[in-house]
Amino acid sequence: MKNEYDVIVVGAGPAGSIAARYAAEGGASVIMLEKDRDVGYPVRCGEAISKVGVSEFITPDERWISAHISKFALISPDGTEAVIEFGDAGYVLERRIFDYELAKTAANAGAEIVTRAYVNGLLFENGKVSGVKYEYRGEQKELKAKIVIGADGVESRIGRWAGLKTYVDFREMECCVQVTASNINVKGDTLYFYFGENVAPGGYFWIFPKVNGAANIGLGVSGMVGKKRSALSFLNNFMENNFPNAPVLTAIAGGVPSSITLEKISAPGIMLVGDAARQVNPLSGGGIASGMIGGSIAGRIAAEAIERNSLDHILKYDKAWHERLGKRHELFEKIKNGIYNFSDDKFNKIAHSFNKIPYEKRTLGKLFTTALFNQPSLLVDVAKVFII
Amino acid sequence: MNYRQAKTGKLLIDILPDKCDFCGCCVGVCPEDAIELKEAEIFIIDERCTNCAKCIWSCPIEVIKFNRDGVVSKAI
Ligand SMILES: Cc1cc2nc3c(=O)[nH]c(=O)nc-3n(C[C@H](O)[C@H](O)[C@H](O)COP(=O)(O)OP(=O)(O)OC[C@H]3O[C@@H](n4cnc5c(N)ncnc54)[C@H](O)[C@@H]3O)c2cc1C
Ligand code: SF4
Ligand code: SF4
Repeated sequence: MKNEYDVIVVGAGPAGSIAARYAAEGGASVIMLEKDRDVGYPVRCGEAISKVGVSEFITPDERWISAHISKFALISPDGTEAVIEFGDAGYVLERRIFDYELAKTAANAGAEIVTRAYVNGLLFENGKVSGVKYEYRGEQKELKAKIVIGADGVESRIGRWAGLKTYVDFREMECCVQVTASNINVKGDTLYFYFGENVAPGGYFWIFPKVNGAANIGLGVSGMVGKKRSALSFLNNFMENNFPNAPVLTAIAGGVPSSITLEKISAPGIMLVGDAARQVNPLSGGGIASGMIGGSIAGRIAAEAIERNSLDHILKYDKAWHERLGKRHELFEKIKNGIYNFSDDKFNKIAHSFNKIPYEKRTLGKLFTTALFNQPSLLVDVAKVFII
Repeated sequence: MNYRQAKTGKLLIDILPDKCDFCGCCVGVCPEDAIELKEAEIFIIDERCTNCAKCIWSCPIEVIKFNRDGVVSKAI
């Protein structure tokens, strides 16, 4: 380990690893600090991702692909199943291996990685972030850098220490629980989404298949719902009613910041990526792909700033992210607010009318169009994304 | 279960460390940066906590509680 680096990345999730890799590939000296013992574990994720989302960053490899996905099934409260076919469009990952392999690509590009390094403060010089304080095997240490990239996930605190407002409104936090269970009798090529008051009010319930008859089964509810009833009690209910005897292999809790991106994701000496920047797609709750995209933009811009010896350059990151995905997420947030407040009756009606569309003509765009039929203003927005 | 005692007489938030999954939901919503979360260790920084309860509502597995005069309850 050196005394000083161009870039310190905090957190070795997908966003951190990609940021570290792009910064290193751009010629910067990079170190990535991770508080956990192992990169990729524990896995707090449903592990679903689109093929496009993966391929931009790593060549798909069967070692970390648990299932190949070609269909979505949306199940309304009365049990009506609306199925949409996509062709060979997505995966359910084995993130334990996937995250590890992503970190390896960062290491191969020249980034150093240290696990069990818990970052608990920032260093400042002339009002600019100039490094981190961290605890490593019981010892308090400091490390200097020109740029710190905060990739510390939903529990991120780094931005706050640099004066950015980063905490999530509890109403926008999707509070999740998930089990990975075996002997789950669902189709291996389909992602199942359940809606309704009884399964996941203001969110959705999912079953994502994995290899050998296992599946990730979980849900997220807004903190607003959590005031009255926890995510756990919904999951217990669902499991008792549907899979009372399924052996549970793992059980985890987790949070998804389902909001638009933070107003500011960079400040002098610091950039935020992934969940830490709230770069999750607020409609789907998916944050692996968007986190990697955020990481790649930040890593690239950080390396440019070092190369040009112009640290102000990192402030360009906000705009670059906004144009690539941030703007889109603002629209998704509007759609989410439209949809997640639907009554059970409305979900049922949507599923019924959607199923009248001939099977081969059903698309995600059509589904949203059906869903938002009575909300013309939103419909125009949706059309822009899915139809035009 | 061993609860910390209120120093200030105010309500106090308690996390049941044996049951916590260290998922970070509570840290994400805390407006006061009053929760410290390591790999498998969590605690509230009492001096910062305003007892706003947002962490309680956000905990997916109900392991944060209010501790009023030694009585632990979910709601205020
Ligand atoms: C239940 C659940 C299901 C989900 N399902 C999906 C899904 O199906 N598809 C999808 O795309 N997304 C899903 N998501 C979201 C997805 O998991 C996240 O968006 C994604 O992991 C974000 O990546 P990241 O790199 O930003 O953060 P993370 O993957 O959370 O990585 C952050 C890293 O930072 C480390 N860290 C934190 N604080 C510190 C510190 N102080 N010092 C050092 N290290 C630190 C953490 O240990 C962690 O390793 C789900 C989330 C949950 C909770
Ligand atoms: S009660 Fe409010 S201030 Fe206190 S730890 Fe919980 S969220 Fe933070
Ligand atoms: S939200 Fe609950 S389970 Fe998650 S870290 Fe906080 S106390 Fe633990």
